Amino acid sequence: MSTTVDIPRFVRAKQVEALPPPNLARGPIAWVRENLFSGPFNTLLTLVVFYLLYVSVPPLVKFLFIDAVWSGTDRAACRADMGGSETGACWAFIREKLGYFTYGSYTVSERWRVDIFFALLAIGVGWLLWLKAPRRDLGAVYFFWLFPILSYILLTGGNSDFSGRFWIGFLIFGVLLIALFAFVAAILKTSLRPALIIAGGIVAVIGITLALMDIDFGLRHVPTSLWGGILVTLLVATVGIVFSLPFGILLALGRRSKLPIVRMASVIFIEFVRGVPLITVLIMANTMLPLFLPGDMTVDRLLRPLIGTALFASAYMAEVVRGGLQAMPKGQYEGAMSLGLNYPQMMILIILPQALRIVIPGIVNTFIGLFKDTSLVAIVGIFDVVKTIEASRIDPNWAAPTIGLTGYAFAALFYFIFCFGMSRYSLGVERRLAAGQKR
Amino acid sequence: MQTVVSQTSPPKKSILYDPKVRGVFYQVLLVAIVGYLFWIAATNAIENLQRAKIASGFGFLNNTAGFDISQTLIQFSAAGSDYGDAFVVGLLNTLIVSAIGIFFTTILGFLIGIARLSRNWMVAKVAMVYVETLRNIPLLVQLLFWYIAVLGPLPQPRNSIEMGAGFFLNSRGLFMARPVYTADAWAIPAALVIGLVGSFIYRRWAKAQQERTGRQSPVGLVTLGLVLGLPILTWIVLAIMGANPISFELPRKGTFNLTGGMQILPEFVALLLGLTTYTAAFIAEVVRAGILAVSKGQTEAAGSLGLKPGQTLRLVVIPQAMRVIIPPLTSQYLNLTKNSSLAVAIGYPDLVQVFMGTVLNQTGQAIEVVVITMGVYLTISLVTSALMNIYNRRVAIVER
Repeated sequence: MSTTVDIPRFVRAKQVEALPPPNLARGPIAWVRENLFSGPFNTLLTLVVFYLLYVSVPPLVKFLFIDAVWSGTDRAACRADMGGSETGACWAFIREKLGYFTYGSYTVSERWRVDIFFALLAIGVGWLLWLKAPRRDLGAVYFFWLFPILSYILLTGGNSDFSGRFWIGFLIFGVLLIALFAFVAAILKTSLRPALIIAGGIVAVIGITLALMDIDFGLRHVPTSLWGGILVTLLVATVGIVFSLPFGILLALGRRSKLPIVRMASVIFIEFVRGVPLITVLIMANTMLPLFLPGDMTVDRLLRPLIGTALFASAYMAEVVRGGLQAMPKGQYEGAMSLGLNYPQMMILIILPQALRIVIPGIVNTFIGLFKDTSLVAIVGIFDVVKTIEASRIDPNWAAPTIGLTGYAFAALFYFIFCFGMSRYSLGVERRLAAGQKR
Repeated sequence: MQTVVSQTSPPKKSILYDPKVRGVFYQVLLVAIVGYLFWIAATNAIENLQRAKIASGFGFLNNTAGFDISQTLIQFSAAGSDYGDAFVVGLLNTLIVSAIGIFFTTILGFLIGIARLSRNWMVAKVAMVYVETLRNIPLLVQLLFWYIAVLGPLPQPRNSIEMGAGFFLNSRGLFMARPVYTADAWAIPAALVIGLVGSFIYRRWAKAQQERTGRQSPVGLVTLGLVLGLPILTWIVLAIMGANPISFELPRKGTFNLTGGMQILPEFVALLLGLTTYTAAFIAEVVRAGILAVSKGQTEAAGSLGLKPGQTLRLVVIPQAMRVIIPPLTSQYLNLTKNSSLAVAIGYPDLVQVFMGTVLNQTGQAIEVVVITMGVYLTISLVTSALMNIYNRRVAIVER
């Protein structure tokens, strides 16, 4: 077979010189061309975005930093008619009011107690969130028991001054509880020791808690009406966290329970709370809680929204925890049962440690939501960060046109730092937990 | 003998170890505790109400309201309307701000969600910064900011900014022409219904034709023409015939205020802006997750079947992404509706502000007011989640 194709008979005798590397495959220019100007549409998009940035960023930077007023003692610094500048943020106002934004009207000489509260909170949070921290079980005891008591004593001044009759009543209650446990153990014909240890433990924990609240540490009493600012915001968030996690776990277990009434009660509570806005819950706590208590009993103004937010957060927490419980393979439950563990042992020793671990990102996201939601207590008249800013905004001493925007910029920055930090943490944990599943 | 028998028969168990008995015991205990709490609360409440001389029952809904509301979609006056009317006004205001907010936030959220996945680095980063900033600042702070930012630069009514075409802007809001319908106005909604029905029929026909012959019809264009074009055409024809179906009442400038026309409150604008931009950040994340959930193999398979990129997106990626997107999207819509209750902070007269605020303060009937308000939100949530469950059952992947 002969082909008609004319094969060029040319053999190069000498090697061609290598071409220089394409100078636009890497390096910043190539990157820009690849990522920003790879086609007419892309170029147009980039230009539009550049224009939007040009319109929005320079004025913002100018307002927040360049034209901002950094020092001053009253409104004169931030008013054009009084010789100041009113084209930029009035940070002097924030500097002047920072104490108020942090502590509210908390007695000035006692503010060191709030600082200690902040430090204790930071220790607890760090202990629990740092996954490699030593003895995180002790951390949990600290955060969910010791820390709330210490905070109560520090912030209010403690010294609840229970009467002698109260202590006699508690003594009777303790003896009765221990007797009841011993009685049940006797009926069940089990050994007496664990029953006595559990009963004694419960009585001791309650007793120590009450005793600590009762002891007079010589701290001055500071009524909750004086608390405010960051203190209250962190307090509401912390109480929400401390309360919502255990209660949310209980609700989630209730919702997964085989007992129909327990399950129904949990479902009704969770769906009811998740179906209504937080404000309505807060207003309900504000107006209806006093109605439900005996006439001579009053609930502290700060306690009402605390209860409201805690219940609200529990319902959301319950759904997150339920997700973790459902993600547990059935074999874990069956394995635990085949070892002869009873329900509490199975949950505490086998299921919950694993289930809670996989929902840490979800839990942190709930906390972020809770932290943002604490701002709503301002609407029912609690002096949190937002409310203290609202109150300072109308201070005639600082009547200037930029005060409002400056105040809200400060609030936004405050919330952003906390929430963004938490979300980064949750991302990190997520990545770490996913490392085991990576192939 | 007896010892042998006792060894082979199961050991006698105490009734207390029976799981059923224990279950019943725990549930009885729960019912007793909850029932006791409710009983205490109820007796205390009755006693407290009697002492405070507050009437109970829902009769107060028929009492004269005696206060004015700044935005009313139905006829409402302080003297002539009762608390029941105030409730309806609040509810309608909540619903309208939620509906408009949902419309805009969906558009914005989808845009930003898609932008986050853009191959254009600039666009993706700007979208990311938007989402991270908006998600990490409480809505309340954002609303207060918008309220100041919107309201601050606006002038007094007497110095209203004239924007032409009957639009005026001042510190009391945006004033614009109000449509006045004449007797012939029914023709336009009628044309819209005809257009909807027609486009529906056309779609079915186009689908049948594609399955028969493989040819595609311009469904989108025809639908647009029928749904939008037909009413507009009707309007134009009617106008030419001299029977103008809709005329506009322009706001007139008075000495102190504007009269006539339609007014959009600055509170409404601030609330709408806040809700829209805030929820859009969350919807963007939902959309991004949904699109990422469609595996790359789907796109490649569509490509190897010869579908164009646009068709791949429309026929393969979006239908599958929607299955992931719709449930969390709905819960974002619910969140927006619930978050509209933050209106109370900036004074937009929504359900919470009017009913749980003013009416509750005036009547003192906390229990009834709280029950009604919560009932409304609960109904909205439960109905939505019921619809969602039906939808989920329909789109769920059918597995063997």
